[in-house]
Amino acid sequence: MNLFRNVVFIAAIAGLVAGVVLACMQAYATVPLILKAEVYEKAGGGHQHDHAASTNSNAMSSAAPADNAMTSAAPAPAETAAPAEDEGWAPADGFERFAFNVVANIVTGIGFALILVAVSEFAGGIGNWRQGVFWGLAGFAVFTLAPGLGLPPELPAMPAAELLPRQIWWISTVAATAIGLGLIAFRKSLPLAILAVVLIVAPHIVGAPQPESFETTIPEGLHHQFVVAVTLTDLVFWLVLGAVVGVVRGRFTGTATSLRGSFA
Amino acid sequence: MNTASVSLGTSVSSQSRIMQLAMAALLGIFVVGFVGFSHVDAVHNAAHDYRHSMAFPCH
Repeated sequence: MNLFRNVVFIAAIAGLVAGVVLACMQAYATVPLILKAEVYEKAGGGHQHDHAASTNSNAMSSAAPADNAMTSAAPAPAETAAPAEDEGWAPADGFERFAFNVVANIVTGIGFALILVAVSEFAGGIGNWRQGVFWGLAGFAVFTLAPGLGLPPELPAMPAAELLPRQIWWISTVAATAIGLGLIAFRKSLPLAILAVVLIVAPHIVGAPQPESFETTIPEGLHHQFVVAVTLTDLVFWLVLGAVVGVVRGRFTGTATSLRGSFA
Repeated sequence: MNTASVSLGTSVSSQSRIMQLAMAALLGIFVVGFVGFSHVDAVHNAAHDYRHSMAFPCH
């Protein structure tokens, strides 16, 4: 299990670094927008779920915004949403919520790093930070750009289709895009390249599950700002992740392979 | 795999190599899936801001 151990070790370091970087960026760029959206959600979400009217108007009361955020975006009519309002435990606003966000970032950062390192090893491995940046761009395209075209980053209280079909579409799109990019990068064959383009385009022709109505209390400007913030923070996350993998792996193998030698 | 001299696990058979890499990738998919896609309320609430910030389907 020598190789497995090395992969986990590299992924742990890269995921830790990139996860902390992403959590810091989120604290300034995306989380404030989420909190803003939760205020709108409480103020104007009455038509979506019957709890909004009864909760007090203090948007910053502890844990209430987080609780509300869970219940709102389901496009289901109020009568079906009513029975299942108990959302269970949630971190309290403030430091606890921030801390859990940091943990989530680090854990998933390591998860993404495991995928990145394992897949790149099949292709010869990431030899240095510059190769890592290219692998990071691929990860960004696969995990953020492609699914984000059909399902743009959403704020709490925004209308959305049923959760499960969206998750299925998201995962299918990620898989198809990853296979497509892999075929283009590592198979020097025109028919396979054409198949790759078909794979990348197909999920968007099928189309992501969309809500019945896009009506929302969230201002258009706030959502646009959020989409930009999410896309850019994710881009930086992937570039850092790839670069750190390249650096740490280079220490491991003890050799700096030349760019020409092993990339594509 | 043609660059065996700079690969991570030296002296590993190619079959074992594929198995170990596949296991690492599966572990990563499991971790991301658990944090990003779990329908358990507590997991969802704990990672709520992260899910929104990574554009995972949420709610």
